[in-house]
Amino acid sequence: MDTNSLTPHGPDAAHISGLFWLMVTMGTVIYIVTMTALVVALFRGRQGARPSRFSDNAFIVGGGVVVPTLVLFVLAFATVRATNKVTAPRRDAVRLEVVGYQYWWRVEYHTPVRATTANEVHIPVGRPVDITLTSVDVNHSFWIPELAGKVDTIPGQRNLLHLQADKAGTYRGQCAEFCGLQHTHMAMLVIAEPQADFDRWVRTQARPAAAGSAVFEHQSCAGCHTIRGTSADGTLGPDLTHLAGRRTLGAVTAPNTAQNLAKWIHNAQDFKPGSLMPPVPMDPAELDALVAYLETLE
Amino acid sequence: MTTTLEPAGQAEPAEEQVEVVWHDAPGLVGFLTSVDHKRIGMRYISTAFVFFFLAGVQALVMRVQLAGPNESVLSPRTYNELFTMHGTSMIFLFNTPVLAGFGNYLLPLQLGTRDMAFPRLNAFSYWVFALAGTFMYLGEFIGRAPDAGWFAYVPLSARAFSPGVNLDFWGLGVIFVGVSTTVGAVNFIVTIFKMRAPGMSLSRMPVFSWSILVMAFMVLFAVPALTVGTALLEADRLFGTAFYDPSRGGDVLLYQHLFWFWGHPEVYILLVPAMGMISMIVPTFARARLAGYVWVVTSLVGIGFVSFGLWVHHMFATGIPPQALGFFSAASMTISIPSGTLIFAWIATLWRGSVRWSTPLLFCLGFASIFVMGGITGVMVAALPFDLQAHDTYFVVAHFHYVLVGGVVFPIFAGLYFWLPKMTGRLLSEGLGTWSFWTMFTGFHLGFFPQHILGLMGMPRRVYTYDAGLGWDTLNLLSTIGGFLFGLGTLLTVVNIVRSRKRGAPAGPNPWEADSLEWSVPSPAPHYNFLTVPVVDGRHPLWSVPAGGASGALQRATPLTAGLEAEPEPEIMEVPEETYVPFLTAVGLAIVVVGLLVEQAVVGVVGLVVALAALGVWLWRTDGDLQ
Amino acid sequence: MWMLILTELMIFLSLIGSYFYVRAGEASWPPPGIEAPPLGRIVVFTFVLLGSSVPMWWAERAARAGRMGGVQAGLALAWAMGAVFFANQVVEFRHLGFGPRDTVYGSLFYAITGLHGAHLVVGLVMNGVAQVKAALGKFDGGRHLTVDVVSLYWHFVDAVWILVFSTVYLSPHLLR
Repeated sequence: MDTNSLTPHGPDAAHISGLFWLMVTMGTVIYIVTMTALVVALFRGRQGARPSRFSDNAFIVGGGVVVPTLVLFVLAFATVRATNKVTAPRRDAVRLEVVGYQYWWRVEYHTPVRATTANEVHIPVGRPVDITLTSVDVNHSFWIPELAGKVDTIPGQRNLLHLQADKAGTYRGQCAEFCGLQHTHMAMLVIAEPQADFDRWVRTQARPAAAGSAVFEHQSCAGCHTIRGTSADGTLGPDLTHLAGRRTLGAVTAPNTAQNLAKWIHNAQDFKPGSLMPPVPMDPAELDALVAYLETLE
Repeated sequence: MTTTLEPAGQAEPAEEQVEVVWHDAPGLVGFLTSVDHKRIGMRYISTAFVFFFLAGVQALVMRVQLAGPNESVLSPRTYNELFTMHGTSMIFLFNTPVLAGFGNYLLPLQLGTRDMAFPRLNAFSYWVFALAGTFMYLGEFIGRAPDAGWFAYVPLSARAFSPGVNLDFWGLGVIFVGVSTTVGAVNFIVTIFKMRAPGMSLSRMPVFSWSILVMAFMVLFAVPALTVGTALLEADRLFGTAFYDPSRGGDVLLYQHLFWFWGHPEVYILLVPAMGMISMIVPTFARARLAGYVWVVTSLVGIGFVSFGLWVHHMFATGIPPQALGFFSAASMTISIPSGTLIFAWIATLWRGSVRWSTPLLFCLGFASIFVMGGITGVMVAALPFDLQAHDTYFVVAHFHYVLVGGVVFPIFAGLYFWLPKMTGRLLSEGLGTWSFWTMFTGFHLGFFPQHILGLMGMPRRVYTYDAGLGWDTLNLLSTIGGFLFGLGTLLTVVNIVRSRKRGAPAGPNPWEADSLEWSVPSPAPHYNFLTVPVVDGRHPLWSVPAGGASGALQRATPLTAGLEAEPEPEIMEVPEETYVPFLTAVGLAIVVVGLLVEQAVVGVVGLVVALAALGVWLWRTDGDLQ
Repeated sequence: MWMLILTELMIFLSLIGSYFYVRAGEASWPPPGIEAPPLGRIVVFTFVLLGSSVPMWWAERAARAGRMGGVQAGLALAWAMGAVFFANQVVEFRHLGFGPRDTVYGSLFYAITGLHGAHLVVGLVMNGVAQVKAALGKFDGGRHLTVDVVSLYWHFVDAVWILVFSTVYLSPHLLR
């Protein structure tokens, strides 16, 4: 899976990579010219100092003031243009909210229906998306390199990020502001799909679970996790109402398979040392029942 | 204070007599009591290099962990501690103090005087630095190293998310070391304003001394913001105040503003003296006077001013409205103009001159080729939209290593090869030096160039590992190999230095045929620096006919001058005798800091009593000092 | 000393900047449920503190003229006025309806006034040392550096109070 900011799949990342290539080109030319001047300067006096046709001031003012000023004008113009593009308000945008937690993301949809999920952001392809960002604990930063630049999630503050995917697909990103022990394993996936698929998905997410599980509700699970439609209503960890529909566990730490899920519940610290999910000791029968139940939460 | 030096023209006093007056105690006593700027300066440099190598080892251990995907050499906690201490050491405990060390050693010699304006304060600021560095490493030794990054952003660094004492080692240490930097800056400024040799007008002052002056003023304006930022953090942590706690109305971005109001100028606080060094070394080996002296000085001063307008470019991704960011984006780009001016002034110098190859010059050229690239990527990250991609990725890691290693560490090595012969009296081996340079240069690019690409490919900073299949493996491996190569290169210089102490050729007073006053005295420089304080009549005193001066090394004193033109003043300054007082004052402060750390009021009070008592003795004896 | 004062001033400016920065982000200031500190008494004592610069200036002049009696009297009077101001601060802090830990408002208020108080204490100590030196006859018309330094620092502590006073006392009443 690519996370390359230079293979953009949305207009925001494309504007930025355009600016990047412009700057790299100009930078390379400047670098080569400067270094050539330096090398010539080093070797032209090999047989003793030779008077120069240029005055010192011509060098200094020309190379150090005039040229950089011209270059900066071009650059300032390109920067302002790109800034306006990536910060312009979008019409008809899909709105959603992402909240940073140590070390995962809560994703909230308010329209067309209310839905909550974690670490996976589904968006309709080809439509602008406005993401409101905040955090409940420390600073994090939400970043999908192929779609847009990053914006921090900061407690007590609501920031806005625009992005849009022009091609259906799965885009990976990860937390970009150091947030503690498992900053490393705090990734997220953005899944861009046709509008109809997106609508179906978001309605599924909005539905409560069909049934509860005695094990889940009586073990410590319910203290931190919610499964809508059951008595489990903890809010410290991710909402698990549709866990089985997600592709990964632990904020893209491991693929979401029954085996991994069992191991994860047994001791999440094996995957993600420092994760706030404690080991959950359980007898094997209970664990099997629990995993079987969670696997039904499509 | 009212006595005058013997007038010029008298016979030079015999060196034996002078030695008695300026005698410094040897051994441990001398170590604890010396107020000689040269001993303090060298001590600064060697202590800072201890931290340099500690930080280097930390970096290499991290590179081993990152050499391949999903490595498990380090636990996440250890990794976090390592990058925190690496950054902290390089900024607070190596780059800043090593440049202060060069400044300390060289400034009085370049200005033609016998010591700094406040010799005891000078000793004090060294001791504070040494104790603060030790204090910060104390955490590492007891297994509680700070682990919230060298910037310690709230809320992660708040008690709620970092409950241990780890962060207190950092916060208190930073406040403590800030005292040293500030006091040192005051000392530099007064020395420059009051103690230049007669005739050395500001417009004749060597560029390195100019750069120290600019750096010192920047310190006075910038460091208080850091002190306040970390003091409020520690108040939150130790006394439960609410500055950065959003649930009680506090603001987490306030910390970032305060931190970067210091943090950005800090980059230039390091770069300016480094560029000052380059401006001394390049003309020497070009065998030509520095082109555009006025441009160079103006650029250094300009950098000093502009650097205070850029701090928000570290905060582009924090959700500040883009209209406000435009200003900072533009200011950040503007600073490339004075930097470019400096580069072209050096090129113009070389253009006119006839180059003599040597290791210091090689390091200068390495500096130029690396730093220009760092400057270009700097302009790139100053462009707001691009920064939204590059910020907090390996692109930025690569960028600031190009600036800080290329722009500061390479000049420091150039400075070592250039000035160490003055300090020790022995030349370093050119052969080993050349090897060291090329190994460092190759290792540097191999180590850091790939990191640009890694950042663009989406690799964030401060991750202790990464998954295979993201395309990051090969570049990371290259980077690790480069890191080790760079480390090897620095070791070659260490070998070179150790070797030269015994086997180096004697340097003589002026091995490079340089133009400034430090090269007019024997190497190593004697305690009293100048038997006769010189009178300066141009920008290149050693390239013109040496002029006579006021003698007077028979007194432990040095002349004072005033005004832009360095007119002699009727009063002279007595250079104080050796004393334990600065050391004891620093120890007292260290005890206060430890008291805060362990939250024991008694310890703090004991420290305060020690510090105040020492300070009392100090003030009591003061009257010979300058105001 | 001027350089030290410059950097001290930056510390105060950083804190005062923080005060206004935080205030700009708040809907009401001081936060609901907190009364801004009353102005009446503090205005009087502000005049006491600022007034103490006069005897200090007098001591400085006396030192230059070599009148040691004047030096001692000036220093002592300035010391007493500073001490009275400080005592009032301590008393007043006990009657304020908020503490440093309740809200960021309290934290900022106490940090800024507390820092000023600490400077005042340092000033009192330095003034004390100068008085002892004067009593022991250590000064004359030519040697009075300590007096100059103490008085410079004293004027700084007084002047910075104008900033502090305008920020934490006046501004909540004026800018609503």
